Amino acid sequence: MTSAYDKPIPIPSNEVLTKPFWEATKRGELIIPYCNSCSTLFFYPREVCPNCFSKDLGWKKMSGKGHVYTYTHVRQAVHPSFQSANGHIYAIVQLDEGPKIPSGISGCEPEEVYVDMPVSVVFDDITEDYTLVKFQKC
Amino acid sequence: MSLRGRGAIVGIGEVPTRRIYEGRSMYGLCAEAAGLAIADAGITKNDIDGLVTDGVALPPAIAEYLDIKPNFATGVSMQGASGATATMVATSAVSSGICNTVLVVMGNSRQDAERAGRPAGRGASSPSVRSEWEEPHGMAPGANTGYGLMYRRHIHEYGTTEEQMAKMAADQRFNALENENAVFNGQPINVKDVLNSRYINEPLKLLESVMPCDGAAALIITTPERAKNMKNNPAYVLGVGLKQGEANIWQRDKFTETPAVDSVRRALEMAGYSPSDIEFAEFYDCYTILAAMCLEDAGLVEKGEIGPFYEETDTTYKGAFPINTDGGQLSGGQPGLAGGFRHVIEGARQIMGKAGSRQVEKSDLCLVNG
Repeated sequence: MTSAYDKPIPIPSNEVLTKPFWEATKRGELIIPYCNSCSTLFFYPREVCPNCFSKDLGWKKMSGKGHVYTYTHVRQAVHPSFQSANGHIYAIVQLDEGPKIPSGISGCEPEEVYVDMPVSVVFDDITEDYTLVKFQKC
Repeated sequence: MSLRGRGAIVGIGEVPTRRIYEGRSMYGLCAEAAGLAIADAGITKNDIDGLVTDGVALPPAIAEYLDIKPNFATGVSMQGASGATATMVATSAVSSGICNTVLVVMGNSRQDAERAGRPAGRGASSPSVRSEWEEPHGMAPGANTGYGLMYRRHIHEYGTTEEQMAKMAADQRFNALENENAVFNGQPINVKDVLNSRYINEPLKLLESVMPCDGAAALIITTPERAKNMKNNPAYVLGVGLKQGEANIWQRDKFTETPAVDSVRRALEMAGYSPSDIEFAEFYDCYTILAAMCLEDAGLVEKGEIGPFYEETDTTYKGAFPINTDGGQLSGGQPGLAGGFRHVIEGARQIMGKAGSRQVEKSDLCLVNG
């Protein structure tokens, strides 16, 4: 935890909708929206199920395991806080349960990342309010 | 009912794309482009009874600026596809009899953003899917990051190389060299230059990415009956197809497939042609990799074979299969949503026989992807 965190923090478009997600990450849990009517897992969170329009939605805890579906090595960051000598990895991780989630990859050099690399979730406490979901090489 | 042959493009106008036009505005540039297209068609503004914009330029504001009072007006709000969509909507409007002669116009002024207190193309976005789920992980505002993700995945699935994509950028630059409307006219580059340009979002490099620019474009579309009495050899709209995709790239099931799979199939079915009939193509190219995937999805090249195709094929206006004959957006520049519109304008220009030194040899049938 640092008060000097200068990277963008999550700005929810509906803070009521996604509050459970961000509370869970603070507990060290990754949860994903789930439709109680049609059993669809989906991400990002929506107010209505994208498959059946149901509003009877809940959350499912994920195993935290997945793989790198694709990634890009960001060399020219637009936000100044992300500027660094060797850039950073921005990845799309596909969870073993199916959904894809945007994430950073921590704990290895950008050059070590590859498509299909197995990863597991880690939690990054960036501010008092927000803990980001990231992934590291298994 | 089909729209086949129901719309005729009878006039085009472009304010040359430049990095910046000091002291100009989007509405001013749009008005200039509209005037050029009206003059090219040999009509007066009183003949215009329909107006379609990209939605960034508001139809009432354009109508007021030009002092016209059309019977039909709308803005399509289709991001990069606005130019092609606006052309489709204009064709529908004249075909249905809602109006007779439509002005389609869009443009961009980077100073407008500064005047509004926003540095163009920068800064945190407003609350959105991106601001909550993507930007905290270092996704850049703009589209660079998403196309880096697609590019990596295309390399993974099909073995596409950065050198093959560089050939696309180099071919298009050749096409821009004698085009006064292109921001990079007179500035040659080769494959090595592209490969040596710096990574933005690896594997995506600077010379594979569009440059935000100023400019505007317009066209006049009318019924085939009216076109017969006008001065230009018209470009007829023979088929149209649209497929709406996701707003956020990572929401796609397949990162290497685009909505062009369906939109092109529908357009060709309406026109009664197959991909092998197409003589040249004008394809949306904010980045090399997007045009590459769309050319595959259009059926012009087998899926996954775009890399070898570029290795083997001269796609300049002199070549066996010309693509983006005005330089495309990569070498022509991207004046906002008029960037995507330039593909429609250039396709029409070639078919009308107005492309001058870069006129393609076979210019009867063009496939445009917006």
